[in-house]
Amino acid sequence: MKYAVLVYETNDDFAAREDARAKDYWDGHGAYFGALQAAGVFTGGAGLTPPRAATTVRVRGGARQVTDGPYADIKEQLGGFYLIDVENLDAALAWAEKCPGARTGSIEVRPLIEMNQ
Amino acid sequence: MSASRLAERVARESYGRLLALLAARTRDVAAAEDALAEAFAAALTAWPRAGAPDNPEAWLFAAAKRKLIDAARRAQTAVQSEAEIVRGMEEIEEEMAARDIPDRRLGLMFACAHPGIEESLRTPLMLQAVLGFSAERIAAAFLVEPKAMGQRLVRAKKKIKEAGVGFDVPGPEAWPARMSAVLDAVYAAFASGWSDPMGGDPERSGLTEEAIWLGRVLASQAPQSAEGLGLLALMLHLDARRPARRDADGRFVPLDQQDVALWRRELIEEAEETLRRASQLGEPGRYQLEAAIQSAHASRAWRGSPDWDAIVLLYQALTELTGSPVALLNAAAAIAQRGGAEDGYEAAEAASARFPVLRDYQPYWALLADLCAKLGRKEAARVAYDEAMAREQDGAVVAFLKARRDAL
Repeated sequence: MKYAVLVYETNDDFAAREDARAKDYWDGHGAYFGALQAAGVFTGGAGLTPPRAATTVRVRGGARQVTDGPYADIKEQLGGFYLIDVENLDAALAWAEKCPGARTGSIEVRPLIEMNQ
Repeated sequence: MSASRLAERVARESYGRLLALLAARTRDVAAAEDALAEAFAAALTAWPRAGAPDNPEAWLFAAAKRKLIDAARRAQTAVQSEAEIVRGMEEIEEEMAARDIPDRRLGLMFACAHPGIEESLRTPLMLQAVLGFSAERIAAAFLVEPKAMGQRLVRAKKKIKEAGVGFDVPGPEAWPARMSAVLDAVYAAFASGWSDPMGGDPERSGLTEEAIWLGRVLASQAPQSAEGLGLLALMLHLDARRPARRDADGRFVPLDQQDVALWRRELIEEAEETLRRASQLGEPGRYQLEAAIQSAHASRAWRGSPDWDAIVLLYQALTELTGSPVALLNAAAAIAQRGGAEDGYEAAEAASARFPVLRDYQPYWALLADLCAKLGRKEAARVAYDEAMAREQDGAVVAFLKARRDAL
């Protein structure tokens, strides 16, 4: 089954991308990406810029509303995602557990809708 | 045997086996349940006419398989294509032809008790998937509205299907954490029946037997799980005392006043044998400790008195293992039995000093009341009985406490 491994990061995680911890941060994700590829389960993914770069659009009553920032002001924000293809939820959870973000933020595992019907 | 009797017997023995096989491939428990229900209904029509088949399980599987494939054909939104389902079912049928119907109920139990399933729903899900209980019966056992229970079960089954919860028994590295969730779910079924000492509600009492049934499935499918065997031993020990738990008028009889002649010896022996097998595996745990405590109580049947030394030590070990305040309170009660009320009182005070939460707990006050009464501190005993009664919901237990207070 195909799963999205959604990496939710804290403000401090986003800060770690740019301060003295940046090398550790990017090396961690680099190694994780490498492990996913080596296991043959990686099918896609992307890192996202921090929430400060987000702009949110809503159309209400036919009118476009554009606001600065992410859709909701919550403690952890989506920082990126990996797409993997594994046997079942347990296998997906095992990969999520290994994701660098798991130790400071949260990793949400969500199956993809199968599009090949 | 009549066709309907045969169908009933097969239902009891095979429901979970067949469901596990039907659902494993598709992960669609609800569709497998529907198909199996239709297969049983078809059996009730076909068997009286044509005679019961030689292999009723294989007949039911073949019928349910056809229903499942038909349903997949009709449903446009099926995640798995009809061809995939057919392929999966053919593999299972090849296996069935080669040997007896494979028993994958353990995998089904792991799926029901998956950490991704809300904890309070794991037991209901297991009762429904493995034993075929209706949502109404489960709702009655857990004192929930049937409609609400039905909806929650539907949601849990959707989660299993959509999230891709596996129906395989997890690997050894995941075993300890995952197995304990399965055991806790089985024990919750037992406790739901057991915590009703009056046995006034047959729906609830019934679950103790069903939990033991699940425990036997576990013990046969996972004989290498020491805690699985420990859980079965615990439930057997407790269930052995069922006939002694109520007097002729239906009143609750505490363990120390039970007539050992009413205990069911064959269950005690099975419990002891099961616990021996568990201890040989050399992996102690909560359920084995609890079973060992019940074993020490059961020894009253042949020693004349329970093995209080063992009970004190086991409860202390249980406290350290689980951090349970109730276990330490039980250790205090056992110390009172072993060394007298003064020792017990000190131990109970020490327990509530370590775990202040005990001061909100009915049995803590009941124990203090009993010990004060034995020590001749009547006023303190009365106060403690009042505290105990204020914390008890069950009318029969309140009546029991009041009678003790009035007898001071």
